[in-house]
Amino acid sequence: MADQRFDGIKIRNLYKIFGQNGAAHVEAVRNGLSKTELNEKFGLVLGLKDINIEMPAGCIQVIMGLSGSGKSTLIRHINRLIDPTSGEVLVNGVDVVRMNESELRDFRRHQTAMVFQKFALLPHRNVLENTVYGLDVQKINRAKSTEIAMQWLERVGLKGFEKKYPNQLSGGMQQRVGLARALSNDAPVLLMDEAYSALDPLIRMDMQSVLLGLQKEIKKTIVFITHDLDEALRLGDQIAILRDGEVIQQGTSQDIVLRPADDYIANFVKEVNRGRVIHVDAVMTPVAAGHAVNGATVMSGSSIDDAMKLLAHGNATDVTITDPAGIPLGTVDLKCLAAAVVSSH
Amino acid sequence: MDWFFNFPHMDDDALRNLKKFIDESFRAFTRAYGDAIEGFFSPLQTFLIYSERFMTKTPWPIITLIVLAIAWAGSRNLKIVAGCLFSLLAIGYFDMWDDTMRTISMIFVCTILSIAIGIPIGIMMSRSDRLQRIVNPVLDVMQTMPSFVYLIPVVMLLGIGKVPGLIAVVIYAIPPMIRLTNLGIRLVDKDVLEAADAFGSSSWQKLVWVQMPLALPTIMAGINQCIMMALAMVVIASMIGVQGLGQPVLKAIANQYFTLGIFNGLAIVGIAIIFDRVSQSYGQRLQKHREIIHG
Ligand SMILES: Nc1ncnc2c1ncn2[C@@H]1O[C@H](COP(=O)(O)OP(=O)(O)O)[C@@H](O)[C@H]1O
Ligand SMILES: [Mg+2]
Repeated sequence: MADQRFDGIKIRNLYKIFGQNGAAHVEAVRNGLSKTELNEKFGLVLGLKDINIEMPAGCIQVIMGLSGSGKSTLIRHINRLIDPTSGEVLVNGVDVVRMNESELRDFRRHQTAMVFQKFALLPHRNVLENTVYGLDVQKINRAKSTEIAMQWLERVGLKGFEKKYPNQLSGGMQQRVGLARALSNDAPVLLMDEAYSALDPLIRMDMQSVLLGLQKEIKKTIVFITHDLDEALRLGDQIAILRDGEVIQQGTSQDIVLRPADDYIANFVKEVNRGRVIHVDAVMTPVAAGHAVNGATVMSGSSIDDAMKLLAHGNATDVTITDPAGIPLGTVDLKCLAAAVVSSH
Repeated sequence: MDWFFNFPHMDDDALRNLKKFIDESFRAFTRAYGDAIEGFFSPLQTFLIYSERFMTKTPWPIITLIVLAIAWAGSRNLKIVAGCLFSLLAIGYFDMWDDTMRTISMIFVCTILSIAIGIPIGIMMSRSDRLQRIVNPVLDVMQTMPSFVYLIPVVMLLGIGKVPGLIAVVIYAIPPMIRLTNLGIRLVDKDVLEAADAFGSSSWQKLVWVQMPLALPTIMAGINQCIMMALAMVVIASMIGVQGLGQPVLKAIANQYFTLGIFNGLAIVGIAIIFDRVSQSYGQRLQKHREIIHG
């Protein structure tokens, strides 16, 4: 689906200062002027400070942070719904910041698609007509766009709802329309700004599964914004944590949970279900090559929960971890698994 | 102490000269450009004449059917259609059919003209705060200036007749059209607009697919207001030669024909109600899927 040679997204030294003549203060902020000082002295709002993130193609990059931390501001720089005060946003090697109006329009039509927290569907268009919106904009004829849209509507579980209007659907259904509309664009980049935050917990889990299932196939570069760490850990191949417009930690879910960068993050991490997040690889005792495999095995990358289930329901005392080829990498026993689950800082 | 009790006003002669000067210059302007301006408006005259001819020459049962069909298409409400039928039959039975047709024709042309001029102005206004700051006070003047006053220059320029009457009515009726178009577009949900931008819509695509459809209920309210205000001008417009229900009313005032006045007045009320109910329920039907529900 997505272009094989797509080069991902690289954000470099990105600053955003809201308010008049913000550019004049970038240097001061770079030299340590704080958000509060900037606001009190000049009446400007520091939106983003020195953001550097590399998002590889085909991965889900989660951006997490509390409300007001600058997540929406950051994601809107990727399709330049917001102009940066300084810095570069390279999408597939091209700097979005330097595009002129028509290049930008073209870029938005073909390279990106976006899903919104409040769905942002057109109330006067039915589900099908909403789904073809991006294709209408690209001036693709209705026969072709309908075919594409129907295919995606079916994939997100909305077959039979084409003629309904958004206000006849539940929130979860509306967001499925939002997702189908974005996917119909078949752009390599999918931007999702708190796409699931307005949904009930069960529906949210459901939609996460839909996204993970689709991603196996479509392999898009997805930027997913959330304020919920569980959601971040479940979806993110990479996670960046934002506070007051600054990235305070980036890494995989393992990095975040096992090695939180500061107390602020540690505080969040305390609440997560460690058994489900931490991989057995992180707690296993490595074994020498040629170690005999006897009894229970799990694949590298499985969660602690998976290994514990095996031990709890079988009579083995330890579990061997193997790589995809079946070569043993290490072992874990109940004690070390339990210690990993309860351990905290 | 004279200045304390009597406002110290401009010297009498100077004031007289000023007024005379303005009048003279305007008259000179009229003499110089009156014909050109009349030529400019002549397509309007043709349009008016055709529309009036259609309304008065078409046999009444056909007109009635057309009106009922429009009422049904707009409102999908049998009660409203029945109300229209009753009003039209009553108007015809009391021998006011021709005048009513002339008035409807004038209102129709006036509405078309107001839409054609008002909507583009409203759209431009919604895109520029500066233009809004300029146009708003002009609209205030148009709405509050007593209509008799701007009849004077219109009549001086174009004389007595249909076209000057129409222009006077449009000046009076167009402000709500412009205001509500502007308002409707400015009130369009920011999130939906952002989505349209995110998909790379051009500003024309955004206008046609997002802003206008979402503003349409408000614009319909503008059209409704515009029609009502045009009807309110019928009697005044008849003073400068617009034919229709206004003229009998004028005659009734001059000669104290109470019943004639009441009948024609009621006929104006009747068509006002028809226009109002049909356009309002059409507006409501447009609203059906439009309210945004989250969650
Ligand atoms: N247009 C704007 N003008 C001024 N400040 C803004 C603007 N947009 C966002 N902000 C500020 O930037 C900060 C980050 O906002 P936002 O990106 O919406 O946060 P989040 O999406 O993480 O909740 C907030 O303090 C907000 O008040
Ligand atoms: Mg946000």
